[in-house]
Amino acid sequence: MRTKDLSYWLFLAPVLLALTLVVVVPMLLGVYYSFTTWNGIDTGEFVGFQNYIDLFKDQRFLDSLWFTTKFSIVSVILINVIGLSLALLVTGRVRSSKLLRTTFFMPNLIGGLILGFIWQFIFIKVFASVGEIIGMEGLQGWLSTTNTGFWGLVILMSWQMAGYIMVIYIAYLEGMPKELLEASEIDGASPFQRFRYVVFPLVAPAFTVSMFLTLSNTFKLYDQNLSLTAGGPYNSTEMVAMEIFKTAFAQNAFAYAQAKAVIFFVIVALIALVQVYLNKRKEVEM
Amino acid sequence: MKKKWNVKLEVLGLLLAILWLAPFYLMFVNSFKSKKEIFMDTISPPENWSFDNYITAFEELDFMQTLFNSLLITVISVVLIIIFSAMAAYALSRAKSKLSTVLFFTFVAAMLIPFQSVMIPLVTVFGKFEMLNRGGLIFMYIGFGASLSIFLYHGALNNIPRSLDEAATIDGANRFQVFWYIIFPILKPITVTVAILNIIWIWNDYLLPSLVINTPGSETIPLKMFFFFGEYTKQWHLALAGLTLAIIPVIIFYFFAQREIIKGVSDGAVK
Repeated sequence: MRTKDLSYWLFLAPVLLALTLVVVVPMLLGVYYSFTTWNGIDTGEFVGFQNYIDLFKDQRFLDSLWFTTKFSIVSVILINVIGLSLALLVTGRVRSSKLLRTTFFMPNLIGGLILGFIWQFIFIKVFASVGEIIGMEGLQGWLSTTNTGFWGLVILMSWQMAGYIMVIYIAYLEGMPKELLEASEIDGASPFQRFRYVVFPLVAPAFTVSMFLTLSNTFKLYDQNLSLTAGGPYNSTEMVAMEIFKTAFAQNAFAYAQAKAVIFFVIVALIALVQVYLNKRKEVEM
Repeated sequence: MKKKWNVKLEVLGLLLAILWLAPFYLMFVNSFKSKKEIFMDTISPPENWSFDNYITAFEELDFMQTLFNSLLITVISVVLIIIFSAMAAYALSRAKSKLSTVLFFTFVAAMLIPFQSVMIPLVTVFGKFEMLNRGGLIFMYIGFGASLSIFLYHGALNNIPRSLDEAATIDGANRFQVFWYIIFPILKPITVTVAILNIIWIWNDYLLPSLVINTPGSETIPLKMFFFFGEYTKQWHLALAGLTLAIIPVIIFYFFAQREIIKGVSDGAVK
Protein backbone atom coordinates (compact mmCIF):
# COMPACT_ATOMS: atom_id res chain seq x y z
CA MET A 1 0.00 0.00 0.00
CA ARG A 2 1.27 3.46 -0.87
CA THR A 3 0.13 6.84 0.40
CA LYS A 4 -1.13 7.84 -3.05
CA ASP A 5 -3.36 4.77 -3.36
CA LEU A 6 -7.08 5.37 -3.06
CA SER A 7 -7.33 2.46 -0.61
CA TYR A 8 -4.92 4.20 1.79
CA TRP A 9 -7.28 7.14 2.08
CA LEU A 10 -10.37 4.95 2.24
CA PHE A 11 -8.88 3.05 5.18
CA LEU A 12 -8.01 6.27 6.98
CA ALA A 13 -11.07 8.38 6.13
CA PRO A 14 -13.47 7.49 9.00
CA VAL A 15 -11.02 8.11 11.86
CA LEU A 16 -9.45 11.12 10.16
CA LEU A 17 -12.88 12.69 9.82
CA ALA A 18 -13.85 11.88 13.41
CA LEU A 19 -10.57 13.05 14.95
CA THR A 20 -10.59 16.25 12.89
CA LEU A 21 -14.15 17.23 13.80
CA VAL A 22 -14.03 16.09 17.41
CA VAL A 23 -10.52 17.01 18.52
CA VAL A 24 -8.54 19.08 15.98
CA VAL A 25 -11.17 21.64 14.93
CA PRO A 26 -12.51 22.23 18.48
CA MET A 27 -8.94 22.59 19.78
CA LEU A 28 -8.00 25.19 17.13
CA LEU A 29 -11.32 27.01 17.48
CA GLY A 30 -10.91 26.90 21.25
CA VAL A 31 -7.51 28.57 21.12
CA TYR A 32 -8.92 31.25 18.82
CA TYR A 33 -12.02 31.83 20.99
CA SER A 34 -9.85 32.21 24.09
CA PHE A 35 -8.60 35.51 22.63
CA THR A 36 -12.11 36.89 22.09
CA THR A 37 -15.30 37.70 24.01
CA TRP A 38 -17.06 34.67 22.52
CA ASN A 39 -20.37 33.84 24.24
CA GLY A 40 -21.06 30.48 22.63
CA ILE A 41 -22.98 32.01 19.74
CA ASP A 42 -21.22 35.18 18.57
CA THR A 43 -17.47 35.30 18.27
CA GLY A 44 -17.50 38.79 19.77
CA GLU A 45 -14.45 40.97 19.54
CA PHE A 46 -10.77 40.18 19.69
CA VAL A 47 -9.32 41.04 23.11
CA GLY A 48 -5.81 39.62 22.85
CA PHE A 49 -4.48 38.16 26.07
CA GLN A 50 -7.11 39.79 28.31
CA ASN A 51 -8.74 36.47 29.31
CA TYR A 52 -5.35 35.02 30.15
CA ILE A 53 -4.38 38.03 32.24
CA ASP A 54 -7.69 37.79 34.11
CA LEU A 55 -7.35 34.14 34.96
CA PHE A 56 -4.06 34.65 36.74
CA LYS A 57 -5.86 37.09 39.05
CA ASP A 58 -8.84 34.80 39.50
CA GLN A 59 -8.59 33.51 43.09
CA ARG A 60 -11.14 30.75 42.58
CA PHE A 61 -9.26 29.39 39.56
CA LEU A 62 -5.90 29.58 41.33
CA ASP A 63 -7.36 27.86 44.40
CA SER A 64 -8.73 25.03 42.28
CA LEU A 65 -5.36 24.68 40.56
CA TRP A 66 -3.57 24.48 43.90
CA PHE A 67 -6.13 22.05 45.31
CA THR A 68 -5.75 19.83 42.23
CA THR A 69 -1.96 19.91 42.52
CA LYS A 70 -2.00 18.93 46.19
CA PHE A 71 -4.53 16.21 45.50
CA SER A 72 -2.49 14.82 42.60
CA ILE A 73 0.80 14.70 44.50
CA VAL A 74 -0.69 12.93 47.53
CA SER A 75 -2.78 10.55 45.39
CA VAL A 76 0.02 9.62 42.99
CA ILE A 77 2.30 8.66 45.88
CA LEU A 78 -0.40 6.70 47.74
CA ILE A 79 -1.76 4.95 44.65
CA ASN A 80 1.70 3.81 43.56
CA VAL A 81 2.77 2.66 47.02
CA ILE A 82 -0.48 0.75 47.58
CA GLY A 83 -0.57 -0.56 44.00
CA LEU A 84 2.99 -1.89 44.15
CA SER A 85 2.38 -3.41 47.61
CA LEU A 86 -0.73 -5.18 46.36
CA ALA A 87 1.18 -6.43 43.32
CA LEU A 88 3.99 -7.81 45.51
CA LEU A 89 1.38 -9.44 47.75
CA VAL A 90 -0.53 -11.23 44.99
CA THR A 91 2.59 -12.32 43.10
CA GLY A 92 3.99 -13.80 46.33
CA ARG A 93 3.21 -17.26 47.60
CA VAL A 94 -0.51 -16.83 48.25
CA ARG A 95 -3.14 -19.32 47.19
CA SER A 96 -5.96 -16.83 46.87
CA SER A 97 -3.93 -14.75 44.39
CA LYS A 98 -6.51 -14.85 41.59
CA LEU A 99 -9.38 -13.96 43.86
CA LEU A 100 -7.40 -11.08 45.36
CA ARG A 101 -6.50 -9.63 41.94
CA THR A 102 -10.13 -9.75 40.87
CA THR A 103 -11.21 -8.03 44.08
CA PHE A 104 -8.65 -5.23 44.09
CA PHE A 105 -9.30 -4.43 40.44
CA MET A 106 -13.09 -4.36 40.71
CA PRO A 107 -13.69 -0.66 41.51
CA ASN A 108 -12.10 0.32 38.16
CA LEU A 109 -14.94 -1.18 36.19
CA ILE A 110 -17.53 0.96 37.91
CA GLY A 111 -17.72 4.58 36.85
CA GLY A 112 -16.24 7.33 38.98
CA LEU A 113 -19.62 9.00 39.36
CA ILE A 114 -21.18 5.90 40.93
CA LEU A 115 -18.15 5.25 43.16
CA GLY A 116 -18.33 8.84 44.38
CA PHE A 117 -21.97 8.42 45.42
CA ILE A 118 -21.21 5.17 47.26
CA TRP A 119 -18.41 6.84 49.20
CA GLN A 120 -20.53 9.90 49.89
CA PHE A 121 -22.88 7.55 51.73
CA ILE A 122 -19.99 5.97 53.62
CA PHE A 123 -18.36 9.24 54.64
CA ILE A 124 -21.58 10.93 55.66
CA LYS A 125 -23.75 8.15 57.06
CA VAL A 126 -21.50 5.21 57.94
CA PHE A 127 -18.69 7.32 59.40
CA ALA A 128 -21.21 9.18 61.52
CA SER A 129 -22.75 6.04 62.95
CA VAL A 130 -19.37 4.38 63.54
CA GLY A 131 -18.19 7.57 65.22
CA GLU A 132 -21.21 7.45 67.50
CA ILE A 133 -20.55 3.85 68.49
CA ILE A 134 -16.85 4.24 69.23
CA GLY A 135 -17.24 7.80 70.50
CA MET A 136 -14.99 9.54 67.98
CA GLU A 137 -16.31 12.97 67.14
CA GLY A 138 -13.82 13.42 64.33
CA LEU A 139 -15.87 11.03 62.23
CA GLN A 140 -18.94 13.32 62.26
CA GLY A 141 -19.61 15.70 59.41
CA TRP A 142 -17.14 14.26 56.92
CA LEU A 143 -17.00 16.09 53.59
CA SER A 144 -18.35 19.19 55.30
CA THR A 145 -14.89 20.70 55.74
CA THR A 146 -12.19 21.38 53.17
CA ASN A 147 -9.77 19.07 54.93
CA THR A 148 -12.05 16.03 55.22
CA GLY A 149 -13.24 16.66 51.67
CA PHE A 150 -9.64 16.53 50.48
CA TRP A 151 -8.92 13.27 52.29
CA GLY A 152 -12.26 11.88 51.19
CA LEU A 153 -11.23 12.40 47.57
CA VAL A 154 -7.79 10.92 48.23
CA ILE A 155 -9.26 7.81 49.88
CA LEU A 156 -11.79 7.32 47.08
CA MET A 157 -9.18 7.71 44.37
CA SER A 158 -6.59 5.46 46.07
CA TRP A 159 -9.15 2.74 46.70
CA GLN A 160 -10.27 2.90 43.07
CA MET A 161 -6.98 3.21 41.22
CA ALA A 162 -4.59 1.10 43.30
CA GLY A 163 -6.01 -2.05 41.71
CA TYR A 164 -5.43 -0.69 38.21
CA ILE A 165 -1.83 0.19 39.01
CA MET A 166 -1.43 -3.21 40.68
CA VAL A 167 -2.26 -4.90 37.36
CA ILE A 168 0.50 -2.92 35.62
CA TYR A 169 3.10 -3.77 38.26
CA ILE A 170 2.04 -7.43 38.13
CA ALA A 171 2.76 -7.52 34.39
CA TYR A 172 6.34 -6.39 35.01
CA LEU A 173 6.86 -8.51 38.13
CA GLU A 174 5.75 -11.65 36.30
CA GLY A 175 7.93 -10.84 33.32
CA MET A 176 10.95 -10.66 35.61
CA PRO A 177 13.53 -13.44 35.14
CA LYS A 178 13.10 -15.90 38.04
CA GLU A 179 16.80 -16.88 38.02
CA LEU A 180 17.78 -13.43 39.27
CA LEU A 181 15.60 -13.72 42.35
CA GLU A 182 16.69 -17.27 43.05
CA ALA A 183 20.34 -16.35 42.67
CA SER A 184 20.02 -13.46 45.11
CA GLU A 185 18.18 -15.71 47.56
CA ILE A 186 21.00 -18.28 47.42
CA ASP A 187 23.51 -15.48 47.91
CA GLY A 188 21.73 -14.72 51.16
CA ALA A 189 19.99 -11.44 50.35
CA SER A 190 17.24 -10.42 52.78
CA PRO A 191 13.72 -9.85 51.40
CA PHE A 192 14.31 -6.11 51.68
CA GLN A 193 17.64 -6.31 49.85
CA ARG A 194 16.07 -8.46 47.14
CA PHE A 195 13.36 -5.86 46.67
CA ARG A 196 15.72 -2.89 46.72
CA TYR A 197 18.47 -4.25 44.46
CA VAL A 198 16.75 -6.80 42.22
CA VAL A 199 13.00 -6.22 41.98
CA PHE A 200 12.90 -2.45 42.11
CA PRO A 201 15.27 -1.70 39.20
CA LEU A 202 13.42 -4.26 37.08
CA VAL A 203 9.99 -2.74 37.68
CA ALA A 204 11.21 0.82 37.05
CA PRO A 205 9.59 0.92 33.57
CA ALA A 206 6.26 0.02 35.19
CA PHE A 207 6.73 3.07 37.37
CA THR A 208 6.93 5.30 34.26
CA VAL A 209 3.66 3.94 32.91
CA SER A 210 1.77 3.96 36.21
CA MET A 211 2.97 7.40 37.15
CA PHE A 212 1.84 8.74 33.79
CA LEU A 213 -1.59 7.17 34.23
CA THR A 214 -2.07 8.24 37.85
CA LEU A 215 -0.86 11.79 37.23
CA SER A 216 -3.05 12.41 34.22
CA ASN A 217 -6.06 10.72 35.82
CA THR A 218 -5.82 12.61 39.09
CA PHE A 219 -5.14 15.93 37.41
CA LYS A 220 -8.12 15.60 35.08
CA LEU A 221 -10.47 14.25 37.75
CA TYR A 222 -14.10 15.32 37.33
CA ASP A 223 -16.73 12.62 37.96
CA GLN A 224 -15.55 11.63 41.43
CA ASN A 225 -15.18 15.27 42.39
CA LEU A 226 -18.73 16.00 41.24
CA SER A 227 -20.43 13.09 42.99
CA LEU A 228 -18.42 13.05 46.22
CA THR A 229 -18.26 16.71 47.24
CA ALA A 230 -19.60 18.65 44.24
CA GLY A 231 -16.84 21.12 45.04
CA GLY A 232 -18.24 22.01 48.46
CA PRO A 233 -18.07 23.41 51.05
CA TYR A 234 -17.93 26.86 49.39
CA ASN A 235 -16.08 25.61 46.29
CA SER A 236 -13.09 24.71 48.45
CA THR A 237 -12.77 21.16 47.04
CA GLU A 238 -13.36 22.24 43.47
CA MET A 239 -10.77 20.84 41.08
CA VAL A 240 -9.69 22.48 37.81
CA ALA A 241 -11.89 20.36 35.54
CA MET A 242 -14.98 21.28 37.53
CA GLU A 243 -14.00 24.94 37.82
CA ILE A 244 -13.72 25.20 34.04
CA PHE A 245 -17.07 23.50 33.57
CA LYS A 246 -18.77 25.88 36.00
CA THR A 247 -17.17 28.97 34.47
CA ALA A 248 -18.58 27.97 31.10
CA PHE A 249 -21.98 26.52 31.82
CA ALA A 250 -22.97 28.04 35.17
CA GLN A 251 -21.58 31.56 34.60
CA ASN A 252 -21.87 31.55 30.80
CA ALA A 253 -18.37 32.98 30.45
CA PHE A 254 -17.45 30.86 27.43
CA ALA A 255 -14.36 32.64 26.12
CA TYR A 256 -12.95 33.03 29.62
CA ALA A 257 -13.59 29.35 30.43
CA GLN A 258 -11.91 28.43 27.16
CA ALA A 259 -8.79 30.39 28.11
CA LYS A 260 -8.68 28.37 31.34
CA ALA A 261 -9.14 25.20 29.29
CA VAL A 262 -6.15 26.13 27.09
CA ILE A 263 -4.00 26.73 30.18
CA PHE A 264 -5.25 23.40 31.53
CA PHE A 265 -4.12 21.68 28.33
CA VAL A 266 -0.68 23.29 28.53
CA ILE A 267 -0.27 22.16 32.15
CA VAL A 268 -1.42 18.59 31.47
CA ALA A 269 0.81 18.28 28.38
CA LEU A 270 3.82 19.70 30.26
CA ILE A 271 3.35 17.39 33.23
CA ALA A 272 3.03 14.38 30.95
CA LEU A 273 6.07 15.19 28.82
CA VAL A 274 8.35 16.19 31.71
CA GLN A 275 7.32 13.14 33.72
CA VAL A 276 7.94 10.66 30.92
CA TYR A 277 11.22 12.36 30.05
CA LEU A 278 12.52 12.26 33.64
CA ASN A 279 11.46 8.68 34.24
CA LYS A 280 12.92 7.49 30.94
CA ARG A 281 16.23 9.07 31.80
CA LYS A 282 16.22 7.34 35.15
CA GLU A 283 15.51 3.98 33.56
CA VAL A 284 18.59 4.22 31.37
CA GLU A 285 20.80 4.94 34.38
CA MET A 286 19.63 1.73 36.01
CA MET B 1 9.45 -20.73 58.86
CA LYS B 2 8.59 -20.27 55.24
CA LYS B 3 5.14 -21.79 55.70
CA LYS B 4 4.28 -19.44 58.55
CA TRP B 5 5.19 -16.48 56.37
CA ASN B 6 2.78 -17.68 53.69
CA VAL B 7 -0.11 -17.96 56.11
CA LYS B 8 0.53 -14.43 57.28
CA LEU B 9 0.45 -13.16 53.69
CA GLU B 10 -2.70 -15.11 53.02
CA VAL B 11 -4.47 -13.60 56.02
CA LEU B 12 -3.24 -10.12 55.19
CA GLY B 13 -4.52 -10.51 51.63
CA LEU B 14 -7.94 -11.67 52.72
CA LEU B 15 -8.25 -8.86 55.27
CA LEU B 16 -7.38 -6.34 52.58
CA ALA B 17 -9.91 -7.93 50.24
CA ILE B 18 -12.61 -7.55 52.89
CA LEU B 19 -11.60 -3.92 53.36
CA TRP B 20 -11.75 -3.43 49.58
CA LEU B 21 -15.23 -4.90 49.36
CA ALA B 22 -16.60 -3.09 52.41
CA PRO B 23 -18.03 -0.15 50.39
CA PHE B 24 -20.01 -2.59 48.25
CA TYR B 25 -21.21 -4.48 51.31
CA LEU B 26 -22.39 -1.25 52.92
CA MET B 27 -24.15 -0.17 49.74
CA PHE B 28 -25.82 -3.55 49.40
CA VAL B 29 -27.12 -4.09 52.93
CA ASN B 30 -28.38 -0.55 53.32
CA SER B 31 -30.22 -0.68 50.00
CA PHE B 32 -32.70 -3.07 51.65
CA LYS B 33 -33.35 -0.91 54.70
CA SER B 34 -35.99 1.71 55.31
CA LYS B 35 -35.05 5.35 55.72
CA LYS B 36 -35.48 4.98 59.47
CA GLU B 37 -33.39 1.83 59.70
CA ILE B 38 -30.48 3.50 57.89
CA PHE B 39 -30.68 6.33 60.39
CA MET B 40 -30.44 3.85 63.29
CA ASP B 41 -27.71 1.53 62.03
CA THR B 42 -25.63 1.41 58.85
CA ILE B 43 -23.45 -1.61 59.61
CA SER B 44 -25.70 -4.60 60.33
CA PRO B 45 -27.65 -6.48 57.67
CA PRO B 46 -31.30 -5.36 57.40
CA GLU B 47 -33.92 -6.84 59.73
CA ASN B 48 -36.00 -8.00 56.83
CA TRP B 49 -34.86 -8.05 53.23
CA SER B 50 -37.55 -5.95 51.57
CA PHE B 51 -37.42 -5.21 47.84
CA ASP B 52 -39.55 -2.07 48.12
CA ASN B 53 -36.61 0.28 47.51
CA TYR B 54 -35.66 -1.66 44.41
CA ILE B 55 -39.15 -1.56 42.96
CA THR B 56 -39.30 2.22 43.39
CA ALA B 57 -35.74 2.79 42.11
CA PHE B 58 -36.33 0.50 39.12
CA GLU B 59 -39.32 2.57 38.06
CA GLU B 60 -37.81 5.96 38.82
CA LEU B 61 -34.68 5.13 36.86
CA ASP B 62 -36.75 3.70 33.98
CA PHE B 63 -34.12 1.01 34.36
CA MET B 64 -34.72 -1.22 31.33
CA GLN B 65 -34.76 1.76 28.95
CA THR B 66 -31.66 3.29 30.58
CA LEU B 67 -29.79 0.00 30.47
CA PHE B 68 -30.75 -0.43 26.82
CA ASN B 69 -29.49 3.11 26.02
CA SER B 70 -26.14 2.42 27.66
CA LEU B 71 -25.80 -0.91 25.86
CA LEU B 72 -26.76 0.57 22.50
CA ILE B 73 -24.32 3.46 22.68
CA THR B 74 -21.45 1.39 24.07
CA VAL B 75 -21.81 -1.52 21.64
CA ILE B 76 -22.16 0.61 18.49
CA SER B 77 -19.31 2.93 19.50
CA VAL B 78 -16.92 0.12 20.38
CA VAL B 79 -17.67 -1.88 17.22
CA LEU B 80 -17.09 1.19 15.04
CA ILE B 81 -13.92 2.14 16.94
CA ILE B 82 -12.55 -1.38 16.38
CA ILE B 83 -13.34 -1.46 12.65
CA PHE B 84 -12.17 2.05 11.82
CA SER B 85 -9.07 2.10 14.06
CA ALA B 86 -7.86 -1.28 12.84
CA MET B 87 -8.27 -0.12 9.23
CA ALA B 88 -6.48 3.16 9.85
CA ALA B 89 -3.65 1.48 11.74
CA TYR B 90 -3.29 -1.01 8.90
CA ALA B 91 -2.90 1.75 6.32
CA LEU B 92 -0.42 3.60 8.52
CA SER B 93 1.68 0.52 9.21
CA ARG B 94 1.74 -0.75 5.61
CA ALA B 95 2.36 2.51 3.75
CA LYS B 96 5.58 3.66 5.35
CA SER B 97 6.20 7.29 4.51
CA LYS B 98 6.64 10.69 6.10
CA LEU B 99 2.92 11.30 5.77
CA SER B 100 2.09 8.11 7.67
CA THR B 101 4.51 9.03 10.43
CA VAL B 102 3.02 12.51 10.77
CA LEU B 103 -0.54 11.15 10.84
CA PHE B 104 0.39 8.48 13.38
CA PHE B 105 1.97 11.03 15.70
CA THR B 106 -1.02 13.33 15.32
CA PHE B 107 -3.29 10.53 16.49
CA VAL B 108 -1.03 9.71 19.41
CA ALA B 109 -0.52 13.35 20.40
CA ALA B 110 -4.30 13.81 20.57
CA MET B 111 -4.18 11.60 23.68
CA LEU B 112 -2.51 14.45 25.55
CA ILE B 113 -5.47 16.79 25.08
CA PRO B 114 -7.73 16.77 28.13
CA PHE B 115 -11.42 16.61 27.29
CA GLN B 116 -12.12 19.92 29.05
CA SER B 117 -9.89 21.72 26.56
CA VAL B 118 -12.08 20.88 23.58
CA MET B 119 -15.39 20.48 25.40
CA ILE B 120 -16.89 23.95 24.95
CA PRO B 121 -16.21 24.47 21.21
CA LEU B 122 -17.13 20.83 20.54
CA VAL B 123 -20.57 21.24 22.06
CA THR B 124 -21.26 24.59 20.38
CA VAL B 125 -20.13 23.37 16.93
CA PHE B 126 -22.09 20.12 17.12
CA GLY B 127 -25.04 22.09 18.47
CA LYS B 128 -25.06 24.29 15.36
CA PHE B 129 -25.37 21.22 13.14
CA GLU B 130 -28.14 19.66 15.29
CA MET B 131 -25.80 16.83 16.20
CA LEU B 132 -26.35 16.84 19.96
CA ASN B 133 -27.97 13.41 20.00
CA ARG B 134 -27.03 9.74 20.20
CA GLY B 135 -25.62 9.67 16.67
CA GLY B 136 -23.41 12.65 17.46
CA LEU B 137 -22.32 11.04 20.72
CA ILE B 138 -21.23 7.85 18.95
CA PHE B 139 -19.31 9.90 16.38
CA MET B 140 -17.54 11.74 19.21
CA TYR B 141 -16.62 8.46 20.89
CA ILE B 142 -14.96 7.34 17.64
CA GLY B 143 -12.89 10.53 17.62
CA PHE B 144 -11.86 10.26 21.27
CA GLY B 145 -11.38 6.49 21.23
CA ALA B 146 -9.36 6.32 18.01
CA SER B 147 -6.02 7.51 19.44
CA LEU B 148 -5.29 4.74 21.92
CA SER B 149 -6.88 2.11 19.66
CA ILE B 150 -4.76 3.07 16.65
CA PHE B 151 -1.68 3.15 18.87
CA LEU B 152 -2.33 -0.41 20.07
CA TYR B 153 -3.26 -1.77 16.64
CA HIS B 154 -0.24 -0.10 15.05
CA GLY B 155 2.12 -1.84 17.46
CA ALA B 156 0.54 -5.22 16.77
CA LEU B 157 0.50 -4.72 13.00
CA ASN B 158 4.19 -3.92 12.85
CA ASN B 159 4.82 -7.44 14.14
CA ILE B 160 2.83 -9.09 11.34
CA PRO B 161 5.15 -9.81 8.39
CA ARG B 162 4.32 -8.05 5.14
CA SER B 163 5.04 -11.24 3.22
CA LEU B 164 1.63 -12.39 4.39
CA ASP B 165 -0.03 -9.43 2.64
CA GLU B 166 2.07 -10.01 -0.46
CA ALA B 167 1.23 -13.72 -0.66
CA ALA B 168 -2.48 -12.92 -0.46
CA THR B 169 -2.15 -10.19 -3.08
CA ILE B 170 -0.44 -12.60 -5.46
CA ASP B 171 -3.35 -15.00 -4.93
CA GLY B 172 -5.58 -12.23 -6.29
CA ALA B 173 -7.00 -10.60 -3.15
CA ASN B 174 -7.55 -6.85 -3.10
CA ARG B 175 -6.62 -4.57 -0.19
CA PHE B 176 -9.92 -4.94 1.60
CA GLN B 177 -9.91 -8.71 1.26
CA VAL B 178 -6.32 -8.95 2.50
CA PHE B 179 -7.23 -6.86 5.51
CA TRP B 180 -10.53 -8.52 6.41
CA TYR B 181 -9.73 -12.15 5.67
CA ILE B 182 -6.03 -12.39 6.50
CA ILE B 183 -4.93 -9.59 8.82
CA PHE B 184 -7.96 -8.76 10.97
CA PRO B 185 -8.37 -12.35 12.27
CA ILE B 186 -4.70 -12.36 13.34
CA LEU B 187 -5.34 -9.17 15.31
CA LYS B 188 -7.91 -10.86 17.54
CA PRO B 189 -5.93 -10.68 20.82
CA ILE B 190 -5.32 -6.95 20.44
CA THR B 191 -8.94 -6.45 19.37
CA VAL B 192 -10.03 -7.92 22.71
CA THR B 193 -7.76 -5.43 24.50
CA VAL B 194 -9.03 -2.50 22.44
CA ALA B 195 -12.63 -3.57 23.03
CA ILE B 196 -12.23 -3.89 26.79
CA LEU B 197 -10.43 -0.57 27.27
CA ASN B 198 -13.07 1.25 25.23
CA ILE B 199 -16.02 -0.53 26.86
CA ILE B 200 -14.84 0.50 30.32
CA TRP B 201 -14.57 4.22 29.62
CA ILE B 202 -17.55 4.59 27.31
CA TRP B 203 -19.89 2.63 29.58
CA ASN B 204 -18.88 4.77 32.56
CA ASP B 205 -18.55 8.13 30.83
CA TYR B 206 -20.65 10.84 32.39
CA LEU B 207 -19.47 14.27 31.23
CA LEU B 208 -19.81 13.83 27.47
CA PRO B 209 -23.34 12.33 27.51
CA SER B 210 -24.37 15.02 30.00
CA LEU B 211 -23.44 17.65 27.41
CA VAL B 212 -24.75 15.84 24.33
CA ILE B 213 -27.90 13.93 25.34
CA ASN B 214 -30.81 16.26 25.94
CA THR B 215 -33.86 14.18 25.14
CA PRO B 216 -35.60 12.43 28.05
CA GLY B 217 -35.64 8.69 27.53
CA SER B 218 -32.25 8.41 25.85
CA GLU B 219 -30.08 8.86 28.96
CA THR B 220 -27.31 6.40 29.79
CA ILE B 221 -26.87 4.88 33.26
CA PRO B 222 -24.38 7.42 34.70
CA LEU B 223 -26.47 10.29 33.38
CA LYS B 224 -29.70 8.97 34.87
CA MET B 225 -27.87 8.24 38.13
CA PHE B 226 -27.05 11.91 38.44
CA PHE B 227 -30.63 13.10 37.85
CA PHE B 228 -31.81 10.46 40.25
CA PHE B 229 -29.44 11.73 42.92
CA GLY B 230 -30.48 15.33 42.47
CA GLU B 231 -33.98 14.33 43.47
CA TYR B 232 -33.03 11.85 46.18
CA THR B 233 -30.09 13.42 47.97
CA LYS B 234 -31.69 12.82 51.33
CA GLN B 235 -33.38 9.53 50.40
CA TRP B 236 -30.41 7.21 50.78
CA HIS B 237 -32.48 4.01 50.86
CA LEU B 238 -33.73 4.62 47.31
CA ALA B 239 -30.43 6.01 46.09
CA LEU B 240 -28.50 2.95 47.27
CA ALA B 241 -30.97 0.60 45.59
CA GLY B 242 -30.44 2.62 42.38
CA LEU B 243 -26.66 2.39 42.70
CA THR B 244 -26.84 -1.36 43.25
CA LEU B 245 -29.02 -1.72 40.14
CA ALA B 246 -26.52 0.31 38.13
CA ILE B 247 -23.63 -1.89 39.24
CA ILE B 248 -25.27 -5.28 38.61
CA PRO B 249 -24.65 -5.33 34.81
CA VAL B 250 -20.97 -4.51 35.37
CA ILE B 251 -20.57 -7.26 37.96
CA ILE B 252 -22.13 -9.78 35.56
CA PHE B 253 -19.77 -8.65 32.78
CA TYR B 254 -16.79 -8.88 35.15
CA PHE B 255 -17.83 -12.34 36.32
CA PHE B 256 -17.76 -13.72 32.78
CA ALA B 257 -14.80 -11.85 31.35
CA GLN B 258 -12.50 -11.18 34.30
CA ARG B 259 -9.49 -12.90 32.75
CA GLU B 260 -9.75 -10.99 29.50
CA ILE B 261 -10.44 -7.72 31.32
CA ILE B 262 -7.38 -7.87 33.57
CA LYS B 263 -5.21 -9.10 30.71
CA GLY B 264 -6.58 -6.41 28.40
CA VAL B 265 -5.86 -3.64 30.88
CA SER B 266 -2.32 -4.85 31.51
CA ASP B 267 -1.58 -5.30 27.78
CA GLY B 268 -2.98 -1.85 27.06
CA ALA B 269 -0.74 -0.23 29.65
CA VAL B 270 2.41 -2.20 28.94
CA LYS B 271 2.52 -1.83 25.16
